[in-house]
Amino acid sequence: MCFTSQFWQLTVAGLAIGSLYALIALGYTLVYGVLQLINFAHSEVFMAGGFGGLFLVRELVGDTAPGGAAAVLITTAGILGGALAGAGTAFVLERTAYRPLRRRGAPRLAYLISAIGASLFLYNLAGKEFGRLAIPMPDIYTSGTVFHIFGARVTTNQLVIAGAALVMLIALDRLVAKTRLGQGIRAVAQDAETASLMGVDINKVITLTFIIGGLLGGAAGFLYGLVFNVQYTMGFIPGVKAFTAAVLGGIGNVRGAVLGGLVLGLVENYGVACASSAYRDIIAFMILVLVLLVRPSGILGERLGRSA
Amino acid sequence: MSNPTLERGETPGPGSRLPWHRNEDYRRMFSLLMVGLVVALMTGPSGNRDHPTDGFTGSWFHPRVLLFLGAAAAIGVLMTLYDRSKGAGRRNPLQPVIAPITAVRDRMTSQPLLRYSVYAAILVFAVLYPMTLTPFWQRVLVDQIGVYVLLALGLNIVVGLAGLLDLGYIAFFAIGAYTTAYFTGKLPVAPPFTLNPFEVVPIAILATLVAGVLLGGPTLRLRGDYLAIVTLGFGEIVRILAVNGDAFFGTNVTNGPRGAVGIPHPSIHAFGINYDWTLKSLPYYYLLLVLVVGLLIAFNRLENSRVGRAWTAIREDEVAAAASGVPTVKYKLMAFAIGASTSGFAGVLYASKVGFISPDNFLLLFSLLVVTMVIFGGMGSLPGVVLGAAVLQWMPQVLRGKVPPEDRYIYFGALLILMMIFRPQGLLPSRRRSRELKLSEEGLGGADSLGATPGTTS
Amino acid sequence: MSAQPVASTAATPNDLVLDVRDITLRFGGLTSLDKVSLTHTRGEVLSVIGPNGAGKTSLFNCLTGVYFPQEGEVRFYPEAGVERSVLGRKPYAVNRLGIARTFQNIRLFNALTALENVKIGIESRQKTGPIGAMLHMPWNRREERESDAEAFRLLEFVGLTKRANEVSSSLPYGDQRRLEIARALGTRPQLLLLDEPAAGTNPAEKRQLEVLIRAIAETGISVLLIEHDMKLVMSVATNVVVLNFGQVIASGTPKEIQRDPSVVEAYLGSGDEADSAAVPRKAAKKAPAKQPPATRTED
Ligand SMILES: Nc1ncnc2c1ncn2[C@@H]1O[C@H](COP(=O)(O)OP(=O)(O)OP(=O)(O)O)[C@@H](O)[C@H]1O
Ligand SMILES: [Mg+2]
Repeated sequence: MCFTSQFWQLTVAGLAIGSLYALIALGYTLVYGVLQLINFAHSEVFMAGGFGGLFLVRELVGDTAPGGAAAVLITTAGILGGALAGAGTAFVLERTAYRPLRRRGAPRLAYLISAIGASLFLYNLAGKEFGRLAIPMPDIYTSGTVFHIFGARVTTNQLVIAGAALVMLIALDRLVAKTRLGQGIRAVAQDAETASLMGVDINKVITLTFIIGGLLGGAAGFLYGLVFNVQYTMGFIPGVKAFTAAVLGGIGNVRGAVLGGLVLGLVENYGVACASSAYRDIIAFMILVLVLLVRPSGILGERLGRSA
Repeated sequence: MSNPTLERGETPGPGSRLPWHRNEDYRRMFSLLMVGLVVALMTGPSGNRDHPTDGFTGSWFHPRVLLFLGAAAAIGVLMTLYDRSKGAGRRNPLQPVIAPITAVRDRMTSQPLLRYSVYAAILVFAVLYPMTLTPFWQRVLVDQIGVYVLLALGLNIVVGLAGLLDLGYIAFFAIGAYTTAYFTGKLPVAPPFTLNPFEVVPIAILATLVAGVLLGGPTLRLRGDYLAIVTLGFGEIVRILAVNGDAFFGTNVTNGPRGAVGIPHPSIHAFGINYDWTLKSLPYYYLLLVLVVGLLIAFNRLENSRVGRAWTAIREDEVAAAASGVPTVKYKLMAFAIGASTSGFAGVLYASKVGFISPDNFLLLFSLLVVTMVIFGGMGSLPGVVLGAAVLQWMPQVLRGKVPPEDRYIYFGALLILMMIFRPQGLLPSRRRSRELKLSEEGLGGADSLGATPGTTS
Repeated sequence: MSAQPVASTAATPNDLVLDVRDITLRFGGLTSLDKVSLTHTRGEVLSVIGPNGAGKTSLFNCLTGVYFPQEGEVRFYPEAGVERSVLGRKPYAVNRLGIARTFQNIRLFNALTALENVKIGIESRQKTGPIGAMLHMPWNRREERESDAEAFRLLEFVGLTKRANEVSSSLPYGDQRRLEIARALGTRPQLLLLDEPAAGTNPAEKRQLEVLIRAIAETGISVLLIEHDMKLVMSVATNVVVLNFGQVIASGTPKEIQRDPSVVEAYLGSGDEADSAAVPRKAAKKAPAKQPPATRTED
């Protein structure tokens, strides 16, 4: 096969990018769980995270790459900054584009259109404010090979991404499984009506769900910016891919989103080795159509409430 | 009805005693001030890569922000006073504007004579007025408005009649345009025979129809909102293929980012008519006018036919429609394919008018632009959609030089949200559609074919 | 599932219209139908009764392609000597076979007029496609005229002529029920399934309904009727099947059922007074809900 010669190298790269997809996919899946709705503007939450992290890091980094403990701190700060920017965007999004419709009981099409509008608005506004050219993240550390595994190079960037993603994924999993909020999210996902009768404050749960999705998506935006650049259009492609990942794993299913992200990252990298990197983005789309054709409920089935 | 996530009844009317932060008036004032800040930002200076905060400092840390905040506050106060004066039974403040329009429309429905005279007057105007325009505006009328009216009419079938969302609509436009380039011999790969753009029309329609069925077939069996994301991806794929098609497994198929140049103008040499379209816009305008009028008649019939009623049934209650013998998936697919082929048709016209196409003509943005037109004008309403397309394509030209052209999508995005919040039925709504939206919000039936309302138990 | 017509065998009496054999439907751990069998004679009114949650609506959903029972078989005989299997078909395809239904919670097309509602049923049997509709050829116009005429005829049949151009959601409750029946009749069924048509109607409307059901049966259409109003059942049904906890616990003529002790007990056991004249608990049932649970159109 075309990818066997570089198998481990591709696997490392695939897992790194896959964990980013997983973080974004969680945003789709969580919102889908409580609202049964594709949040089309989630890619802009990701973009906001990229810019949030970028601006914070710009302030913190001087003229030379800091390195050492300062680098760790600044990276952490960047992740937090991205996460906060993402959460803020998601919160505003829920309040302006979704809640007014929810109050009125608008049909589903209205939500999709409103979300499209929000996405259009946000990324073009970002383009206006921050310029339409790609902005590189300042060097926080010099990314290089840290160690080899099965002969494959593992870079600092990959380690940072995978490490941060892992921490957040575990935190989220605990949150959904253990806390009252998690319980609320699961209850609303399973049956909103009953949940509200049982005293769950649905509006609060929905808001918090958006915020959690925003935190993860925003952090992913910063991490993405570390490797690639930050640009107003940066959300679109990762957004579609993460949605694919969410569907692949079973939309509405938390662990499914993680699994889907990793699988997508891997398949994409193996696929690129076989075709051309020009078609990288097409691979994800073909997977999406294939999954919808063959197993629309995804790998791990459908509902958040039942399997998280 | 039993929608737990609604806050209806919970929102207090003005005058009820509540902590101030729960009071409607204060909440509205807060929202308005926020909107004022956003508008200040939208209309303010732009930043750039090297000075990314210029936009903010120039809009917010600048006296002009006071203007916007002041305006927002004034509107808030006026609205509160208006509410107070009207008491609890609040009426729509736009009522004085809407009422006469509604009255005219009602009279038009009941009096065919009036209706046809209005149509005739509009037609006469549409025929005569463009002659008085400058060549620039004539070109805008064809390249920008005419083509997008066609596109919007097609998308209206998908969004307005079938209640689906197609976000990759422009991809079919691209397929139509590239088919034209191919069959007129303007792509690097030679066609088996070269054709006149008019002769490409049936081929392009067929090609887009097939593409629509292939894409919609697997997707439409699932929940309706999957269609939106699959088409979104599809639109991007078509563009990526066009961009990278100059090295498609070694052969140059699409000429990549450079696109195709020199696509010939259409001409007629049949039935004793010999006519060649040239660079002039006006002849194209009349061609488009004939086509648009033809499509308006055809689509109006379609809407009021068995097929259109079936679409309505599916939008309102898919289960009941199926129980009444309506094959729902087939009908959705039909709508999707009709929309796709209209888009392909528009692509042929566009390619042969402009003579030059490249992947940049087919950005995702343009799909969203067409969606905005349909929503703004009024989904399901033919006059609305035409108006929506015309206004949204005309405005940027008027504002040329005043608003940076790339900024218009900010406004379109805001427009979409505002329409969904305040006037989902659009500017000139379809009567059936607005009734449906209203009933749907009361919990009686649906208004799209995407499934249950979010927030309810699915 | 054979889609082909199968010639009737000796074992299939020619006067059957529906033959349900041992269908079992489970939702997770809950068995809502447990080996339900029944036969329905052509032209008769067969009533299915039973306490709340007995599985009556589930049975209808199985017969119309909304649910797929795990076990069992359903045969439908659109005309004598023609056999079709029902299970495995999509709802619209079941309707094409000749089985039409109404819903327990009225499901009209609320933004359409009464006339248009009926036309949707009628037109599901017509041919005009999108191209024909756009071109508006003489034969397309003829179909449209036929559909109008037929719709008016059906509205007259159910007594709604005066309401033809009113928006269906503005009609009184009883009229909505009858409109739903007209819409179902528009699809030209051989078998009509009515799910609690009298629920929520007043006594006068009930009497009209009684007359209507008889009239439908007289036109040769077989009727399968779920109903809680015993008076109505007694007066229109030829035979009655009683369901309880998903099982058929009795069947026979209305008279026999009325005397059957197990039926009385089923109703008593569910906490209601077993007044054989009327079981009125359904009268004040909630207004039509927006979306009955888990009736999804597609898989
Ligand atoms: N989609 C479903 N998922 C889970 N359980 C279901 C579903 N549909 C029906 N049931 C269960 O099956 C049982 C039978 O329900 P059904 O609606 O058929 O009763 P019914 O006889 O029509 O009652 P009623 O007189 O109240 O209409 C009930 O226990 C119900 O909860
Ligand atoms: Mg029932």
